Amino acid sequence: MQNNILICGVGGQGIVLTSKLIAATAMAKGIPVMSAETIGMAQKGGSVFSFLRLGDDLYCPMFPEKTADLIIAFEPAEAVRMLPYLKEGGKVIVNTHPIMPVTASLKGSSYNGSEMLEYLEKHVTELKTVDGEAACREVGSPRALNMIMLGQAVRTNVLPFGIDDVEDTMKKTVKPQFIEMNSKALRLS
Amino acid sequence: MHTEFLMGNAAIARGAIAAGLNVISGYPGTPSTEVLETTAKVNDGSIYVEWSVNEKAALEVGAGAAYSGARCMVTMKQVGLNVASDPLMSLAYIGVKGGMVIMVADDPGPISSQTEQDTRTFAAFSKLPCFDPSSVQEAYDMIQEAFEYSEKYHTPVLFRPTTRVCHGYASINVKDDSECRKNRPEGFVRDPMKWVIFPRLSFKAHGDIEKRNTELSKVFSESGLNTVSGGEGRKGIATHGISYTYTREALKALDTDAPLFKVGTPFPFPEEAAKAFLEPLDEVLCVEELDPVIERGLVYVCGKYGLKTKIYGKQTGHIPAAGENTCSSVKRAAAEFLGIELPADTKAEDVPPLPVRPPVLCAGCPHRASFFAVKQAMKGVKSVFCGDIGCYTLGNAMPLDMVDTCLCMGAGVNITQGIGRISPDTKCFAFVGDSTFFASAITGAVNAVYNQADMVLVVLDNSTTAMTGHQPHPGTGRTMMGQVVDKVNIEQVLRGIGVKTVETVDPLKLEEAVSTVKRVAEEKGVKAIIFKSPCAVLIKPDKPAVIDSEKCINCKKCINSLGCPGLVIKDGRVSVEESLCTGCGLCAQVCPVNAIGGGKNAE
Repeated sequence: MQNNILICGVGGQGIVLTSKLIAATAMAKGIPVMSAETIGMAQKGGSVFSFLRLGDDLYCPMFPEKTADLIIAFEPAEAVRMLPYLKEGGKVIVNTHPIMPVTASLKGSSYNGSEMLEYLEKHVTELKTVDGEAACREVGSPRALNMIMLGQAVRTNVLPFGIDDVEDTMKKTVKPQFIEMNSKALRLS
Repeated sequence: MHTEFLMGNAAIARGAIAAGLNVISGYPGTPSTEVLETTAKVNDGSIYVEWSVNEKAALEVGAGAAYSGARCMVTMKQVGLNVASDPLMSLAYIGVKGGMVIMVADDPGPISSQTEQDTRTFAAFSKLPCFDPSSVQEAYDMIQEAFEYSEKYHTPVLFRPTTRVCHGYASINVKDDSECRKNRPEGFVRDPMKWVIFPRLSFKAHGDIEKRNTELSKVFSESGLNTVSGGEGRKGIATHGISYTYTREALKALDTDAPLFKVGTPFPFPEEAAKAFLEPLDEVLCVEELDPVIERGLVYVCGKYGLKTKIYGKQTGHIPAAGENTCSSVKRAAAEFLGIELPADTKAEDVPPLPVRPPVLCAGCPHRASFFAVKQAMKGVKSVFCGDIGCYTLGNAMPLDMVDTCLCMGAGVNITQGIGRISPDTKCFAFVGDSTFFASAITGAVNAVYNQADMVLVVLDNSTTAMTGHQPHPGTGRTMMGQVVDKVNIEQVLRGIGVKTVETVDPLKLEEAVSTVKRVAEEKGVKAIIFKSPCAVLIKPDKPAVIDSEKCINCKKCINSLGCPGLVIKDGRVSVEESLCTGCGLCAQVCPVNAIGGGKNAE
């Protein structure tokens, strides 16, 4: 049994931490893990993605196009960018809140993500959209996005563990004062 | 043994520690940086850890420690090896007592480097043994072997992972503390016949090195570092590093077990192992990144032993000459070579145009303010702006467009002098960051003072090595051993070497910054401006800027002159992206109608 998971978004959204939490949770269950992430030139604002593989007989931390079981996208355009990696029948979770790049602002572009979401609706059969901004407001922190997305990812039943397992890992990872907020985010339906 | 989830670079550090590491020195550079950082993080105090001012210093510190019997590792990225090549080439002749591994991370792509140079080729040039790991687990295991070989053969060795190994993660088997080797160096023992390089010694050493490398080629052939696996076919694949894992995945997906040669020691090339691999084969595809090292090695072995095997790879156009391999590219190349039909690639249709996200200076980055100040001050004046290596290379992007040249660490300060000699009507500026200033711009500044250049040196001092992830340097007053020490003061350094005008100014005070640049640029000779303001990522942000929608005339001057990610257009109006804005206040100083408040100016 192998799982290929792709997490993508924009630098600063907490993608790397999400990837690490999934990895740590799998390891706690004795499942071998490999992952690879882009570390680009910019501190913030660039496209970021993390490949994550769970299971036996893994050679390579990356995987080819059309082989991802699940894409967790923190930004609509980034979901479209990485969509070639999705296998037929694979699932996509996408945050609907767009992040406008500087180049778009300079050109006076009106990028708002809606075109991207339409494209995803049309091409992904197993699509789950998450209004990340509204969810963060509900949880009470703009920093909760990664836990909200992770909670949704676990609910797809693609990952070989449940929400309690992820919560256990989270409790061991984050500072005590943030546990309550993160639990709320993970369990937000 | 136990299992841990480690980054490749962390595995290299942990492997070195398991091999009895005593000293580690290096200079930050993607993708090598985390090796030294991990060592510092897990250090129980028994290992000496330093960020040196540059790679040459790091290698020399390591050499001294290795002369004294210490096991030491020196870390850098591939272009750093160019800086360290002077001591490296001589050290190859002198040799070491304690094991010395020079960890040089290569960057196929390149993803964040100036060159696609191959340290395996540098190994052949410097005649030093080279180890090339393919995975996180292998990196952990192989670095320990590298120390053994180094100590046994009294030579520094090169260890060259590439980006995907350095930054890959895997759950791997690591030794418990009790299983780790402890090394107790005896200290430096005086022996001028051994440690002082002279032509006579170099002549003898040269002969010895060639003899040793011939022997090592045999030893490596028989070691587990170079392996042949797979079945009986007449077509085989030779590969290395991360490409080996792409190949394994490809062969699995193609459901074939073609003979596979994995080269873990590209130098000295394992000739006998290669010969044994080649003999039963008609054709071999070499799947490599960067230089065709294995391909040339196999062609050489075929010629030497009269084998008829055909060798394909980069030189025959079967593998791209430049850039990274990927799972998909290797699968395609392998399928074509093995004559396996793949379904045609179906390109996705009607994909909407995707927003590009090129690397840009962060919201609130003080470099943006510095570049903007110089740009304003020099408006209408014929000027040249020589950049350098660091976050501030990103000052090249629109709308700032303030980097006319960028070559290598510390080059800008000298390039601007050369431009000035030929274009005396041009105001010559060199921009350099604080860490790069210490690494290799001080000599350039001395050159300018001595040779009576006419130029402005602009030091962008954000008190950290930002681009590689905020390492300390001589100007920060912190060391990797946790000491708080005297800061080396950039202004005093410049005054000490004879720069008479040195002005320090906060770039976020725009008016003052612009007038300082104007005033200083008018003077003759070598002048310096230090723009001092901390990296925006390291400080607690102020309240975000607030745009007064009644005052804002939507002229977009803020966006069009600064290109800050904190300013966006929402529903046709300029608006603040609050999750990014640090409230630095620069846009408020640019706004022609004073419509921007908040930030630093907020009550």
